[in-house]
Amino acid sequence: MLLAIDTSAGSSVAVVDRDAGVIAEFDSGDSMRHAEVIGDLIARALDAASVRPLDLSGVVAGMGPGPFTGLRVGIAAARTFAFGIGRPLIPVVSHDAVAAEAFVSELYTADEHRPGGPRGILVVTDARRRELYWSAYSGLDEVGLPVRQDGPALAKPDAVAHDDLFRVDATSVSAGRLGMIAEVAFAAGRPFAADEALYLRSPDVTLSAGPKRVSA
Amino acid sequence: MTPDAPLVLGIETSCDETGVGIVRGTDLLANVIASSMDEHARYGGVVPEVAARAHLEAMTPTISAAVAEAGIRLDDLDAIAVTSGPGLAGALMVGVGAAKALAVALDKPLYAVNHLVGHVGADVLDDTEHLEYPTIALLVSGGHTSLLLVRDLVSDVELLGETIDDAAGEAFDKVARVLGLPYPGGPQIDRLAAAGDPKAIRFPRGLSQPKDMAAHRYDFSFSGLKTAVARWVEKKQDAGEEVPVADVAASFREAVADVLLTKAIAACTDLGVPRLLLGGGVVANARVRRLAEERASAVGIELRIPPLELCTDNGAMIAALGAGLMMAGHAPSSLGFGADSTLPVTDIQVR
Ligand SMILES: [Zn+2]
Repeated sequence: MLLAIDTSAGSSVAVVDRDAGVIAEFDSGDSMRHAEVIGDLIARALDAASVRPLDLSGVVAGMGPGPFTGLRVGIAAARTFAFGIGRPLIPVVSHDAVAAEAFVSELYTADEHRPGGPRGILVVTDARRRELYWSAYSGLDEVGLPVRQDGPALAKPDAVAHDDLFRVDATSVSAGRLGMIAEVAFAAGRPFAADEALYLRSPDVTLSAGPKRVSA
Repeated sequence: MTPDAPLVLGIETSCDETGVGIVRGTDLLANVIASSMDEHARYGGVVPEVAARAHLEAMTPTISAAVAEAGIRLDDLDAIAVTSGPGLAGALMVGVGAAKALAVALDKPLYAVNHLVGHVGADVLDDTEHLEYPTIALLVSGGHTSLLLVRDLVSDVELLGETIDDAAGEAFDKVARVLGLPYPGGPQIDRLAAAGDPKAIRFPRGLSQPKDMAAHRYDFSFSGLKTAVARWVEKKQDAGEEVPVADVAASFREAVADVLLTKAIAACTDLGVPRLLLGGGVVANARVRRLAEERASAVGIELRIPPLELCTDNGAMIAALGAGLMMAGHAPSSLGFGADSTLPVTDIQVR
């Protein structure tokens, strides 16, 4: 059983199990108040699943891509929760959860029957400042995990690559989906993502050009 | 039931130090700090996004190091405490998210506390006799310059005054830049000033004129001082003369120390409070400490300066305040609080 946390878009927390699936999931669509809601979401998910922290075997963290201020809250929470219960942190790329959901959606499966056959999925999320995050997926593999072929990356709206793919503009990321990806990947012995936040953008800083003159 | 001396872990991320401290009541067990100061050096000041990213990476290792240093098990903790504000919003949020998750994971109560009051709380960790209340507290760092009247640590703190522009520590950084010295400016200026004459140049004391005193008796302003130093240096350079950097550093430092202590001592005498507590990173400044000792003893004021590692931003002071709240019977915070970059000092705990 895993606790999964994602704050790459809104805030989403779930308790999942390989056999029982998504046992509990709570979301806040608010894309600003991650720090306010994260504690309650975790407590409610555990409560609804009737799970004590030590019953968990790991904590899944959505590593982004996502706007940095909010993204960090979920990663910090996942890391400290995992540390607190002495269980491993399982990093997953947040777009993978969107892709996994999209590949089994009716919209996509209908699209697969169009002339030309199936095509992959392009996951797109808001990166603020008139930019987008995107990842390209070719399909689901034999165990049902989305196969990312390109990205995640950052681009201006008119410069997003792979415009031949079935595009999914997501405004939320489901921690339940994220958690199930981790369960499946673990069972299949697949590697997890790197434990690093996917900001995909450097901090805004300007190097000091020395003191400015104050006298006329 | 609240234990007499609760074991509390405190998390502090309001600026560029990731601090985690562990106390048992008023006993200090661990105080671990990871600083991102070096990463800010090439920018000449704290870059909020750089600080926030560093907090995320340092958080778990710092908690782990503090737990090891204290020789406790996480399960032994009675509560978690965390800085809710004031400070840099993005930086604060990392600590808030981490503390909430840790509290839920361990099923422990959580106390969301005020960073500035935490600086006052650091004093209880000093081994010597504890501070009596009321006291005046002068808190000076790169992020804040505040004068407080503390009647009771956990229930009654009043803001007497604060900077209306730059923090004192910021002024040190900016003047250091004018003099071509690296960041952080405080230690650089302190070092240079040792060989200079503090009376060589009379730099202005902000908000000290009679006309300012009505509205800003206990407020500070360092922006004009910084500009005055820059103008003085430029004048020398324009005239092709060598800039007496040691004298400039000493005279600037004297102006800052003078105005800080003049106002702090005035607060003590005006309000009849014979105690003054110093806190914040600027306390590392030798002249500020020395002048505080001179002025306080001249008028019979008891001066308290916690050890430097408890004066700069740290998690132990946050743990100490959390333990203080708990020992006084205050209920823990709910899980719904946020990071409040402008949290007023009267909000000692955020519910
Ligand atoms: Zn401070």
